[in-house]
Amino acid sequence: MKKIIRLLTVMLLLLSVLAGCTNKPEEKGSVATDGSTSMSKVIGALGEAFERETGITVTYNATGSGAGISAVLEGRCDIGLASRNLKQEEIDKGLVGTVLAYDGIAIIVHPDNPINDLDLETIGKIYTGEITNWSEIGGEDATIVVIGREAGSGTRDGFEDITKTKDKCVYRQELTSTGDVITTVASNSAAIGYASVASVKDTVKAVTVGGVAPTEENIKNGSYVVQRPFVLVTKKDTKLSDSAQKFFDYMISEKARKIISDTGVVPAN
Amino acid sequence: MKKNKIFEDIVHGIFLILGLITVGCVVLITIYLIISGLPAIKEIGLINFLFGKQWASTAAEPKFGILPFILTSIYGTSGAIVIGVPIGFFTAVYLSKVANKKVRNIMETSVNLLAGIPSVVYGLVGMLILVPAIRKIFKVPDGASLLAAIIVLAIMILPNIIKVSITSLDAVPKEYEDASYALGASSTETFFRVSVPAAKSGIAAAVVLGVGRAIGEAMAVMMVAGNVANMPSLFQSVRFLTTAVSSEMAYSSPGSLQRNALFSIALVLYIFIMLINATLNFFLKRDKEK
Repeated sequence: MKKIIRLLTVMLLLLSVLAGCTNKPEEKGSVATDGSTSMSKVIGALGEAFERETGITVTYNATGSGAGISAVLEGRCDIGLASRNLKQEEIDKGLVGTVLAYDGIAIIVHPDNPINDLDLETIGKIYTGEITNWSEIGGEDATIVVIGREAGSGTRDGFEDITKTKDKCVYRQELTSTGDVITTVASNSAAIGYASVASVKDTVKAVTVGGVAPTEENIKNGSYVVQRPFVLVTKKDTKLSDSAQKFFDYMISEKARKIISDTGVVPAN
Repeated sequence: MKKNKIFEDIVHGIFLILGLITVGCVVLITIYLIISGLPAIKEIGLINFLFGKQWASTAAEPKFGILPFILTSIYGTSGAIVIGVPIGFFTAVYLSKVANKKVRNIMETSVNLLAGIPSVVYGLVGMLILVPAIRKIFKVPDGASLLAAIIVLAIMILPNIIKVSITSLDAVPKEYEDASYALGASSTETFFRVSVPAAKSGIAAAVVLGVGRAIGEAMAVMMVAGNVANMPSLFQSVRFLTTAVSSEMAYSSPGSLQRNALFSIALVLYIFIMLINATLNFFLKRDKEK
């Protein structure tokens, strides 16, 4: 008797726990996006805000720009995401790219560092370990401390892409957030790092690249080269589904601007 | 009377469930880790995984060797023990046997406070003070290194070592010490010849507990160690088992070999911690049987 009652109580309580799981929210349609891993933050933020407003769920598959573009071509997703401009052959296949934002990456050094300008090639050489001392490029005699982000980070991916140093970088430190990179560079006079332009503070100095400063304007007009566009890829002659069109319009609307710039990139519209 | 009994049984049932929740969590985590950790090991090969010297998870030709992480975790933990245990041990002997009540109260409060500081704060202080200090003192280009991690870990394990050691030293019967004094031993002789040997399994447990805390720490270490997958060396940037998992988890895509390999690292870490726990249980049990 005692045992049976005990068992029954256990079951009853377990059932009451499970009972809470049965209610599912009503489906209101969904939008599938696919592509660039670097865009996860921006799409995540936009998708979340959009879902809150309309109830339409946005799914995001982090596969990479190339995979995202082919997913659109093959109709496996509604909107493709690419962190590079479309190639001519892709446009010829009937794809349209709409720039959502520009991801500008600032090259930062300690404020006391006399270096104010670096060109893309020199930056690449510093990161691959070809140049190891600041004196080689006109600075003080100090070993360059190369700070970067962890593998898989969008900023690292973008930086290595633009400087053509993919898989060749020799880092002294791999940090897991933009804030950590900035703090570390701010506390070491021989350090160099990279971070999203939007998050750079006064504690570090963003160098000009080839004489161009990383301002919002220079990033938008393309004269600052350490940047890449975030592109929404759609098909020219296939109409988007209603919910996908809504999400598309939402992303390039005035309302989305703040959400986009909050994630550290420069909105294009 | 009968009604009362039913009520009792219901209460017992509720307690049973609450107890089962804990056990269930452990079982669930173990099963989950094994299931999600094995595929990558199978794909990479156990030998290549455990003894590979290179980790480049996102390269065009990815490499998944975690020997640098394993060695870093072992070196880092041993370093922390080498620095932390003597300090913690002598503090415990002093507090338990020598210090007067007022001093002991103040010091015990501060030890408890040290235990309550979140690891991210240790990391922050390490990052802003310790790392630049190492850079200046040892004249290295950058202070984020194995040494910085060892120092931070040594401080973090101090409260564990001190508290458990004090408890076991306090538990030594006063008669033992009195007998030693009666035989003409000085107080230092008494502490080290009588009290400490009598409390030795408790102190050993304290050390093992410290090892467990040090090997499992991620946040503070991540902020001071530099996180580059180098083979460990004192002034080099290194990556621990814990930080290897946490630093790449956020960006690895679900189902990829990278994500699976991170689970495998977690499994290796889990096995390490299980071994440490088994050792701890061994010491505690031996203590009880005596």
